[in-house]
Amino acid sequence: AAFLLNDGTKNGETFAPAKDQFQEELVIRPLHSGDIYASFQFRTLWDTDFLQEGQKKVSHYRLFPKSLGQVLSKFSVQELHISFTQGFWRTMQWGQPFIPSPPGAELWVWFHDTVSDVDGNWKELTNVLSGIFCASLNFIDMTNTVQPSASFKPLGLGNATDHRFLRYATLPREIVCTENLTPWKKLLPCGSKAGLAVLMKSEKLFHSSFHSQAVHIRPICQDEQCTSKAWELRQTLNVVFDHYTSGQGKKEWSLFKMFSRTLTEACPLASSSKVYVDITDNPELFELSPATPLLSQAVVLGDRRTYSVYDLTRAETFGQLRSFNLLLRWKGDNMLRPLLHAERYVAGFGLQTGEIHTVIYNNHPYRAFPVLLMDSVPWYLQLYIHTLTVTSKSRDNKPSYIHYQPAKDRHRPHLLEMLIQLPPHSMTEVTVQFERALLKWTEYTPDPNHGFYVGSSVVSALVPSMVAMSTNFTQDQPLFSSFVPVKEESSYFVRVYTEPLLVNLPTPDFSMPYNVICLTCTVVAVGYGSFYNLLTRTFQVDEPSPPLAKRLANFIRRIRGVPLLA
Amino acid sequence: MAFSLDTNCGLLNHNIIGPIYCTSTIFPPDILITQFWFNYRHVANTLSVYRSVKRLGIPDSHIVLMLADDMACNYRNPKPATVFSHKNMEFNVYGDDVEVDYRGYEVTVENFLTPRSKRLLSDDRSNILIYLTGQTGNSHGGNGFLKFQDSEEISNMELADAFEQMWQKRRYNELLFIIDTCQGASMYERFYSPNLMALASSQVGEDSLSHQPDLAIGVHLMDKYTFYLLEFLEEVHPASQANMNDLVSVCAHRVSVSPGHHTDLFQRNPGSVLITDFFGSVRKVEITKDTINLTSSVKSGSGDMQIESLTYVDQLPVAEIIHQKPKQKDWHPPDGFILGLWTLILLVFFQTYGIKHLKHIF
Repeated sequence: AAFLLNDGTKNGETFAPAKDQFQEELVIRPLHSGDIYASFQFRTLWDTDFLQEGQKKVSHYRLFPKSLGQVLSKFSVQELHISFTQGFWRTMQWGQPFIPSPPGAELWVWFHDTVSDVDGNWKELTNVLSGIFCASLNFIDMTNTVQPSASFKPLGLGNATDHRFLRYATLPREIVCTENLTPWKKLLPCGSKAGLAVLMKSEKLFHSSFHSQAVHIRPICQDEQCTSKAWELRQTLNVVFDHYTSGQGKKEWSLFKMFSRTLTEACPLASSSKVYVDITDNPELFELSPATPLLSQAVVLGDRRTYSVYDLTRAETFGQLRSFNLLLRWKGDNMLRPLLHAERYVAGFGLQTGEIHTVIYNNHPYRAFPVLLMDSVPWYLQLYIHTLTVTSKSRDNKPSYIHYQPAKDRHRPHLLEMLIQLPPHSMTEVTVQFERALLKWTEYTPDPNHGFYVGSSVVSALVPSMVAMSTNFTQDQPLFSSFVPVKEESSYFVRVYTEPLLVNLPTPDFSMPYNVICLTCTVVAVGYGSFYNLLTRTFQVDEPSPPLAKRLANFIRRIRGVPLLA
Repeated sequence: MAFSLDTNCGLLNHNIIGPIYCTSTIFPPDILITQFWFNYRHVANTLSVYRSVKRLGIPDSHIVLMLADDMACNYRNPKPATVFSHKNMEFNVYGDDVEVDYRGYEVTVENFLTPRSKRLLSDDRSNILIYLTGQTGNSHGGNGFLKFQDSEEISNMELADAFEQMWQKRRYNELLFIIDTCQGASMYERFYSPNLMALASSQVGEDSLSHQPDLAIGVHLMDKYTFYLLEFLEEVHPASQANMNDLVSVCAHRVSVSPGHHTDLFQRNPGSVLITDFFGSVRKVEITKDTINLTSSVKSGSGDMQIESLTYVDQLPVAEIIHQKPKQKDWHPPDGFILGLWTLILLVFFQTYGIKHLKHIF
């Protein structure tokens, strides 16, 4: 069907359309354990202002998805970060991810400082997002939302440091499946029809060790001088394919093996469409084909890495067969030592008390650095903060900042934030004891014996970098290295998530026959039975038959005519 | 929402200028309400009906799909992101384009009867198809109720009342209710609203059987009734003339249980009702020949922006955090303990030194 467009010209003025651009990128990083890490990043930049009202209200959307634009303007959102993850990122085997995320669903939002009712906006926002992403985000309410006071500073522009406008919540139990990927793919300008998104087939993506899809929206600088700002929508998808499960044991990967597809064209709406392969460990660790002369160097996570770049907007990349497939073959084995690593577990026995241990490792040989640990524990695990101990190298380590907000039953979770200085080459252990609460019977989930989840702890740190990083923010930087703004050259910001915990609460026996029989029989026997007896029972004196001797004596007495014995 | 022009719209003219407006009048919710991995077949049942309904033209915005447990991405599934309905993994009913509206713990009786969000916006011209599968109270010696998530139940009387409410509020034109559980016929016994047709996989006192197990997945894949229903629906296409009598007889002769149907409340003769009235989408198209004027968006002037230098915030400002004072939000009056302590001190003081010192203090 054809539409006749009439460009509105009023009084000789011509309106120029708002500038928006779209970039897509795939980074492939071979991991030392033989697994492969693929990270898709799709970025839409739009020079507009969502918070305008009236005449200038945004109503024409081109590359930016309309559903998200309406959400931003309706709820006056300044920054929105939502991620859905299946699996846990194994830092010891895989290193640090480009964009970290905890298992389950995580949502944190900075609202604009003109918002008067932040809690109301938050509640409505979670409901709308749950409809957009087909997820159960409507389970986010005041019992699992916290307002961190020092973690989660805005990643975009802004001077909002008032933490009243920040809300953070996780749902560690949330499952990610095709129904979440489908609406996520629909937000892309080319959908899943062209460009890098054709590789996203759910049968392969979910058959992996780690799968994480996220949407990050924030205002950023348009240029180096930072005179104007633009909205950035970043959709990221990180997936790690395990060479045992999806690789059939062979340490050999190709695009076709990972995604069951090859690339045939770039997205026509994209201004840049590139594939980066990390070849820093080439040729000792693996070999790559087809080779390409285009190389690029970037400082990522404190380390200088070299990347082979394949530009999909150029026809030569696709070769004779009009299809682009990479092949990587492993040669050696190597172990990795990440600088910062954290884990968490529950100790203790029984269903009354327990202890949460969080262990943070600093593997730097000589530098100490500070980390900010944020713990959000649900109200039904009642923490005893007087038992909180922080020990490093078997000595007490006093945190320089502690913020603790106690929980209110059924209303608010615990929030504990601590700034801890980690000594070099050490292990720091944070322990706190807790008691398990008994919930009311309607508050149990339909499968209470599965256990209750406690969200991951967040460790935010400034890790010293081995290589000087540049603080200039240019547009041409590859997307994966420009997510976190760099303020100083000697350290980089990293966020590490621990495992979520699964704790058993004292669960009543829900089995039906037991309850029915016990209750009914008890009620009938004790209640009704005693009442019935009280109302109808009469007592009569009943003389027992006398023993034989007495009977004989009475018989003789009757014959004699003498009064009988009693 | 994609507008697809199928032959029912009758629109193949390329010279149309103007908006094309299609409405669909079918709203089918598909509901699956049991948990746990051994109830895999219930998910396969629901997804096969969902697939058929989507294939026959109904868009996702008009379908409410409720799945009580996640089978596709369950860790026990040997092939993640797939749900198979035929053994040897022939037929993946999960597909690549599924949208589940209610999943996991959200599938409750309350969300089924009165959803607060993600609801059907049906009106009195809509035909509604409801497909339920799960477990009724059979092993516990009751019938007439359907279990939700092993912890709640909905009785046949509640269902009948809900449909009556929908009729009173003019929320449907005709309603087809299909249920695949044991003793399924007990669920539609109490219906009393007009224009309702109900089909069940088994009579009262009978059990509904599952069809085929798959040895790789380890559980039964589908129920017999839905299996034959799916086979029948695969042959239906949007212009098909198959009618309700064909649907009713789909399972009658092949299996040992006898499916039931309840057509008394239906005003039209079932033989004259097309399958596509409920399973497919009827699109009405309005054509207009007027031109539409689209004005380009207004570029927000850069003069409006404040020319202050915008900067990124420091992600971990250690010095700032250490000196951050905890916010005293509200002033609370002093604690009872403190008040009591001061009262005690003052009392002891005046006791010891006498009241005449009072004027020196105040």
